[in-house]
Amino acid sequence: MSEVRERRGMTRRELLSRSVAAGAAFVVGSGWVAGSDAAWAMEVTHLKPETMATLIQMARDIYPHDHVPDQFYAIAVKGYDAADRAEMVEAGIAALNAAAQGRGFPSYLDTGWERDRVEILRGMENGSFFQTVRGGLVTGLYNQKEVWPLFGYEGESFSQGGYIDRGFNDINWL
Amino acid sequence: MVAKFELTDDSVVVIIGTGAGGGVLANELAQRGVKVVALEAGGRYFPEDYINDEWESFGQLAWVDPRTTSGDWRVAKDFSGLPAWIVKAVGGTTIHWAGASIRFQDHEWKALSTYGPVQGASLLDWPIDAAEMAPWYELAETKLGVTRTGGREGLPGNNNYLVFEKGAKALGYKEVHTGRMAINSAEYDDRLACQQTGFCFQGCKWGAKWSAAYTDIPRGEATGNLEVRDRCHAARILHNDAGKVTGVEYFDPDGNLQFQAARVVCVAGNSFESPRILLNSASSMFPDGLANSSGQVGRNYMRHTTGSVYAVFDKPVRMWRGTTMAGIIQDEARHDPSRGFVGGYELETLSLGLPFMAAFLDPGAWGREFTTALDAYERMAGMWIVGEDMPQETNRVTLNHDVKDKFGLPVVNVHFSDHPNDIAMRNHAYRQGAAIYEAVGATRTFPTPPYPSTHNLGTNRMSENPRDGVVNRWGQTHDIPNLFVSDGSVFTTGAAENPTLTIVALAIRQADHIAGELSRGNL
Ligand SMILES: Cc1cc2nc3c(=O)[nH]c(=O)nc-3n(C[C@H](O)[C@H](O)[C@H](O)COP(=O)(O)OP(=O)(O)OC[C@H]3O[C@@H](n4cnc5c(N)ncnc54)[C@H](O)[C@@H]3O)c2cc1C
Ligand code: SF4
Repeated sequence: MSEVRERRGMTRRELLSRSVAAGAAFVVGSGWVAGSDAAWAMEVTHLKPETMATLIQMARDIYPHDHVPDQFYAIAVKGYDAADRAEMVEAGIAALNAAAQGRGFPSYLDTGWERDRVEILRGMENGSFFQTVRGGLVTGLYNQKEVWPLFGYEGESFSQGGYIDRGFNDINWL
Repeated sequence: MVAKFELTDDSVVVIIGTGAGGGVLANELAQRGVKVVALEAGGRYFPEDYINDEWESFGQLAWVDPRTTSGDWRVAKDFSGLPAWIVKAVGGTTIHWAGASIRFQDHEWKALSTYGPVQGASLLDWPIDAAEMAPWYELAETKLGVTRTGGREGLPGNNNYLVFEKGAKALGYKEVHTGRMAINSAEYDDRLACQQTGFCFQGCKWGAKWSAAYTDIPRGEATGNLEVRDRCHAARILHNDAGKVTGVEYFDPDGNLQFQAARVVCVAGNSFESPRILLNSASSMFPDGLANSSGQVGRNYMRHTTGSVYAVFDKPVRMWRGTTMAGIIQDEARHDPSRGFVGGYELETLSLGLPFMAAFLDPGAWGREFTTALDAYERMAGMWIVGEDMPQETNRVTLNHDVKDKFGLPVVNVHFSDHPNDIAMRNHAYRQGAAIYEAVGATRTFPTPPYPSTHNLGTNRMSENPRDGVVNRWGQTHDIPNLFVSDGSVFTTGAAENPTLTIVALAIRQADHIAGELSRGNL
């Protein structure tokens, strides 16, 4: 989580005052993308900030969990902001935007309903860009220990002595 | 105390692989005074090293060297480079295994006679039977400390089991219990009782589950007759002009090729690597690979008819708490062709953590149909189907000369397609599994496809007639008297039961035979 955080030394107000809206959920500035509520921010070095914002939205549309905040999706795709992957991602997101425009939307991020974005994704789901992003999310998203409690999953249990005295058979509704 | 043998010492038995088959064989030979060198491709890990984290543990223990796949099984599409989920470490897949330890039913030793010929299947009777195996099963159950055998208590049922049991009873199933498990319900054999930590697949950090890694292997070493060489990858078995094997060429931990001489060689690398080693050992005398005059090496690959059923309820289950495989329904294990298939299947509870559930619930799926299922993870229960699949000659392991491992050796291609009997059985089990959970109020059920294979069987099968298989009733190859196979690849047919108890029973029996033959001067 260390790389996705509130930008140090910048207040929420300052952050928002220097930003441009990217869809409803994100704001971008030069070299960074943040949540519209400024609860988190992330530096981007190799990708355009709008590209990263679109990628985060795409990640949520692939594996939408309404109770999982954007920052975890941001962490899941953070690794695409790398010199050797930027070209592939920029091309993939450009194709995504082109598909959105083909359906009459200004951009993927400005496609208001999830069902329309999902239609756009369905149109490219057999392509390598989609499959790379989807496949990476399976571990990128669900293998974040910070995400587990949001699903109730308790993770490691050895250090706590297992569940022998902690409810392995505590079901009470059968 | 731990033995160290010379590379040139041709009095030793060399065993390739230290899992359920090889690890037990090594100890049982050592206990009988036979000198053994065991070569193991993986490293050595003990309970304190195991990790309560699915992917991290997978990275530590799993066999991830390259393999390729073909055939119409879904694994070839979703996990094309990972046909099997098995361990590469001292102790082999007994580190990952869940511990379910059940005997074959008597008729399953005689599948061809019982079921009759099945079109497209290469069914065969085992050359041994239930009566012959009974004492070896008893020794295996004692070694593993199997619950509900030998007066040992059953384990307590966890939440996942309690849901499963209630649904099973509602459907009228009678043989429902917390399983015969190689997991201690009370302290046994210097090992603790199960603490219900729920990471059985990642290696039991309490040592409550039997694994060759911390039982048979160190005990064999303590005799002074066993040397285990870890991180040593067997490449080829060599032979002399008389057609007897002389030893094993292997890559040592530094990647240097070594040759260990041997009086007897036993192959126990699990059902992909064992045929691979035999095929990679082809010579001018044996151009199709060692022990392959029948052409059966690599054929009849079986993986059990599997699949899972997960279900979501309106209230919490927390299935991950406690033993991963916490109970069994055996009513469907019978042979009853009126169901539309021959052979039978067992239903066993199973739980995956959130990371593995995301990867295996419906591989490749995305969108809300998939994510709403994971949203209900806390309210989920799960079971695994394990049934007898039909051996087919065309389901086979071959060398893929286009893909080489880091030593430059051709890797295996694993070709598998379901037999119609497998599909009929799986669909029956999906329906029964869903009905069990619906009887307890499930709001949604998921017929989940098979994972990469955990039960890998049959690629060096045992046969009475040398024409039909690779090894005889002792696991001795039909073609070469001092070459044996000692793992799950010798299975003639798979039966409905999880295989390890049978692999262990066969290994103890084989050790007794080899030690006897050595002392009689016949080997
Ligand atoms: C998640 C999981 C759960 C399971 N649960 C159960 C269960 O509940 N009940 C049950 O009965 N079974 C279960 N199994 C299956 C069981 O683990 C296997 O059937 C059993 O371990 C197979 O024994 P084996 O000796 O054939 O091979 P393995 O135990 O896999 O041992 C083979 C060994 O050979 C080594 N090797 C391979 N090639 C070479 C080479 N070239 N040189 C040197 N070494 C080599 C490997 O590294 C490995 O250590 C489970 C398996 C998995 C993965
Ligand atoms: S649940 Fe029991 S057997 Fe499984 S890992 Fe935990 S202590 Fe070991």
